Amino acid sequence: MKTKASALSPDKASTRKTVLAGDYWIDVVKKGQTFRILDLEGNQAADTLFFSAMDPAERYSATDTIREQGNVFLGLGTKLMSSEGNVMLEITADTVGRHDTLGGACASESNTVRYDLEKRTMHACRDSWMLAVAERPEFGLTKRDITHNINFFMNVPVTADGGLSFADGLSAPGKYVEMRAEMDVIVLISNCPQLNNPCNAYNPTPVEILIWDR
Amino acid sequence: MTGSVLYSTDIAGGKHWSFTMKANTALRLTDISGGASVGMLFYNPANLLERYNAPDTLKCQHTFKLTRGNCLYSDMGRIFCSVTEDSVGWHDSVSGTSTKSIVERKWGARDYQSDRNDWKQNGRDAFLVELAKYGLGKRDLAANVNWFTKIAVGDDGALEYITGNSKPEDYVEIRFEMETLVILHTCPHPLDPAKDYPWKGVRADLKEVPPATDTDECRLSRPENGRGFINNRLYHLGCGC
Repeated sequence: MKTKASALSPDKASTRKTVLAGDYWIDVVKKGQTFRILDLEGNQAADTLFFSAMDPAERYSATDTIREQGNVFLGLGTKLMSSEGNVMLEITADTVGRHDTLGGACASESNTVRYDLEKRTMHACRDSWMLAVAERPEFGLTKRDITHNINFFMNVPVTADGGLSFADGLSAPGKYVEMRAEMDVIVLISNCPQLNNPCNAYNPTPVEILIWDR
Repeated sequence: MTGSVLYSTDIAGGKHWSFTMKANTALRLTDISGGASVGMLFYNPANLLERYNAPDTLKCQHTFKLTRGNCLYSDMGRIFCSVTEDSVGWHDSVSGTSTKSIVERKWGARDYQSDRNDWKQNGRDAFLVELAKYGLGKRDLAANVNWFTKIAVGDDGALEYITGNSKPEDYVEIRFEMETLVILHTCPHPLDPAKDYPWKGVRADLKEVPPATDTDECRLSRPENGRGFINNRLYHLGCGC
């Protein structure tokens, strides 16, 4: 597991935005810009989708990324692949070491299955995305576009016999992942409000978004 | 084998098909020559925005592979289908599908003009052809199932394609728990290391089967699946849309 700190100074960032747990963040990151998600208090999961700003039908593809890099974990050097086989972003700094792209996002519907039918009305990541696509129609996204996402800061190992486990997070307060955009991308983050599993220590917390122009 | 076979057909390698399965029907796939791979996607014909969700399927059953006893979930917390029989033991749901460029790089160009029906079709184009018949397209593609293929994962997360996972006459049977649009192809798995384009056909049996009982193996295999079946029941009552 490789980690690498960034040389970029937060003081030089052109954008700094705190996203509270249970909120979404959507914006365009331009080709050549560097984009950081900072885990402010530790053990937070940032459920993230990327779309080509030119054509949102081209989007982050978990399966293409997993297959093309030959690994289920995302980390330093991972190229995040689109559904058209293009590199969308590359992870250029990472103080965590491993991120998940298997586990998907919490949804009120899947919470009924995973935990209890009565969890149906608890706030979940998919609800944040639904609000995002409803409130921000200028990005041209709908439920059709909400697909298999990245969970930055989450740790989901696969066992030898084909099991899936949700292990302790490797993140901690102040850890971050940083990536350089290789095309203009729409970034859609649900800062996970999950209260039912330890992915954010039963205590959803804020993350900070930073963007550098060069 | 329970239930009565309504229709049986051989689907050659490198082909595609789609159809709608009603609740309490089953699709049995049999690997004719060994080494088959069947890419598959699922949608709700009454609401095409509801589709197979690989992460929900895997995480709610704490599994990376699909096998007998597993249920395949939609993104709306419902069960499209259950794996009721399986002689293979491991089916892949994370490697996606072959593309035109992958097939060309590994096995040569896709050329109907020269090759006719022996052209080297790829999984993504096959999916798009079938999806377009229902007004669906690239935006509706999701992580698909690859029946018969095994992708193992090391401690470091590295993938390994396991050859010989499925043998001649190996089978998997899926029982549909709600009406489901099935999109499938028999194009090669994108990680298949075969030297030549693997023409691997399957036999498909469409069956009528009894509904899952209260003691059904898939329903009881995990408490999560018990709740998934309740969600389907709510859906069929009209309370779950």
